[in-house]
Amino acid sequence: MLASLAFWAFSGVAIVSALMVVIARNPVRSVLFLILAFFSAAGLFVLLGAEFLAMLLIVVYVGAVAVLFLFVVMMLDVDFTELKQGFLEYAPLGAIVALILAIELAMIGLTWRASEQAEALRAAVMPDGVSNVEALGMILYDDYIYFFQASGLVLLVAMIGAIVLTLRHKPHVKRQSVSAQVGRRREDAVELVDVKPGQGIGE
Amino acid sequence: MSDFVAQFGVWGGFGMAVLQILGFVIVLLISLAFLLLMDRKVWAAVQMRKGPNVVGAFGLLQSFADFFKFVFKEIVVPAGADRSMYLLAPLITLILAFVTWAVVPVAPGWVISDINVGILYLFAMSSLGVYGIIIGGWASNSKYPFLGALRSAAQMVSYEVSIGFIIVTVLLFAGSMSLTHIIEAQAGGFWNWNFLAGRALIEDGWPMFIVMLPMAIIFFISALAETNRPPFDLPEAESELVAGYQVEYSSTPYLLFMVGEYLNIVLMCAMTTILFFGGWNPPFELDTSSWPYLVSSLWYFFWFAIKVVFFFFMFAMVKALVPRYRYDQLMRLGWKIFLPASLVAVAVVGAYIVYGAQG
Amino acid sequence: MSRISQAIRGALLMDFWSAFGLGMRYFFTKKATLNYPFEKGPLSPRFRGQHALRRYANGEERCIACKLCEAICPAQAITIEAEPREDGSRRTTRYDIDMTKCIYCGFCQEACPVDAVVEGPNFEFAAETREELYYDKAKLLENGDRWEREIAKNLELDAPYR
Repeated sequence: MLASLAFWAFSGVAIVSALMVVIARNPVRSVLFLILAFFSAAGLFVLLGAEFLAMLLIVVYVGAVAVLFLFVVMMLDVDFTELKQGFLEYAPLGAIVALILAIELAMIGLTWRASEQAEALRAAVMPDGVSNVEALGMILYDDYIYFFQASGLVLLVAMIGAIVLTLRHKPHVKRQSVSAQVGRRREDAVELVDVKPGQGIGE
Repeated sequence: MSDFVAQFGVWGGFGMAVLQILGFVIVLLISLAFLLLMDRKVWAAVQMRKGPNVVGAFGLLQSFADFFKFVFKEIVVPAGADRSMYLLAPLITLILAFVTWAVVPVAPGWVISDINVGILYLFAMSSLGVYGIIIGGWASNSKYPFLGALRSAAQMVSYEVSIGFIIVTVLLFAGSMSLTHIIEAQAGGFWNWNFLAGRALIEDGWPMFIVMLPMAIIFFISALAETNRPPFDLPEAESELVAGYQVEYSSTPYLLFMVGEYLNIVLMCAMTTILFFGGWNPPFELDTSSWPYLVSSLWYFFWFAIKVVFFFFMFAMVKALVPRYRYDQLMRLGWKIFLPASLVAVAVVGAYIVYGAQG
Repeated sequence: MSRISQAIRGALLMDFWSAFGLGMRYFFTKKATLNYPFEKGPLSPRFRGQHALRRYANGEERCIACKLCEAICPAQAITIEAEPREDGSRRTTRYDIDMTKCIYCGFCQEACPVDAVVEGPNFEFAAETREELYYDKAKLLENGDRWEREIAKNLELDAPYR
């Protein structure tokens, strides 16, 4: 009873906010609705008993990726009237593409046949006596360790590539050396001089 | 929770949960009022002042007076601000700060929801705290709050990374993500608390305190940065940075921001307690099995509370003692010192788990 | 070498611990707070606070409407109108001080030949509206009556240095 109520609430919010992502006028609001959609999806994961996945979805997507999204969208000055100028011109083309996609989806849906063991497999997604964290760990780190490491390497390469593409060395920029600043002591900075009258310090 | 479901049915369990939540929230808010006073008193004492002492005996009711002052002020919404977002942001901060407490066990069995990924839930919810700040800064329709919001958000996201790795070291020790298990794994005396990791030394001869003691300190410092507390309180740097995301806020919305911030601070104290200082475990184990349930629970709760208050005291002392960091120093500390240090610690603890631990 | 010892000091948080010790020492020292509304600090006899118009001992007001204070007031906070009284002596019919303009320089009391307008020791006259700070003659005389003892004492104490 409670679970089904929660299901309807989460899925309803997810669908409505996903819709709002597309139709919201303000791009920042779009991103915020996207975050809401992620969040409700995480709620649905919890209802499915995959709480580890739900928390990862929140930590990774909502807590980190969407923040960067939000940064970018807030910094960009998107002019929507300009973007929407060619709307009517391209509307028929867009409608045709959408129609083709819909037909294809319908064809897939009509011809879909579940395999014989699907029902049984769904009932036991993880081995007995193991929490889903451990089950996931066993799949990722025991069965598919090489693929997991390979995908990690791919991401690392992508990150290094992005850094290399944007890294510039400006020759005439003065930089602060924090360790030199912090490492400064009184003896290095202050000198006590006994000044004779009329002579000054003298270089 | 499931016991209640069995006893009272679904809706009875639901009502029981609501009552528990209400009790938690009320106790939390009232203790927060006095912790706020303690913060100000400690700060005042270090500066040889008396601090608030007029409202109530020793100023005990100062926070309540402040509450009424905030509530009765006028809410100013800046011209051109995104009104709904502007008012939503402080609510997000406050609600997230409350929601996080759902999994914090304060005594054996005294927890609203003992889920088996509790520590991840804590981490996830505290990482969501960024949104209140970003939305608040953006919706104010003003340059300074916006820049302040970007600054604070970048700061929080940076320190979350090292906090995540530090949490992993504790997870490896406990072998579980449930906060209750993490605390139970530290039972048996203060040398078993994670910051000393005495079990590793006694049973396996691995001096893990060399790693875990620095981790506890780094976690504490990261908690300071995560909650925008001094010495990382750039949003409070009014004269040099025009403060932060909350510049345009006043009255009740500002109060909500502040209550949320302080709840997060108390939460960080509780997390330090749970992860590194044994949670509700007293420093010397007593056999409480023959005690009445309520007495033994209160006994454990006492130890939890006293540790949280101690760390809150440390938060206040740091605020009184340490000068503010510059932004680039703050980023350098997070990315170039804490992150590598915590990564090394994860590797070392992992090595201990694989090669050192018996059983 | 010093860089290494610096790093070690930083890693061990030596600076923080010494600051912590210092902070705890101050934590338990006697507080320097003056508990203001209940305790007050000492005031110099020359303190320049709220204005007052004084009277002679027989109740006659001192002010002779010479308007020197009005002339010297740098903020032009004083307004005086004068007429001969029934007994023929020259008196003010109006003596206003706009306390929101006043800069408390004390020139008026220096200029006064009969010690009529003085700045007394009272500094707790905050009001909720501006209107309450536009003092008229009645208010100033009332101030004089209320603070006469303190004002006379202060003038006496300060007299040797004039």
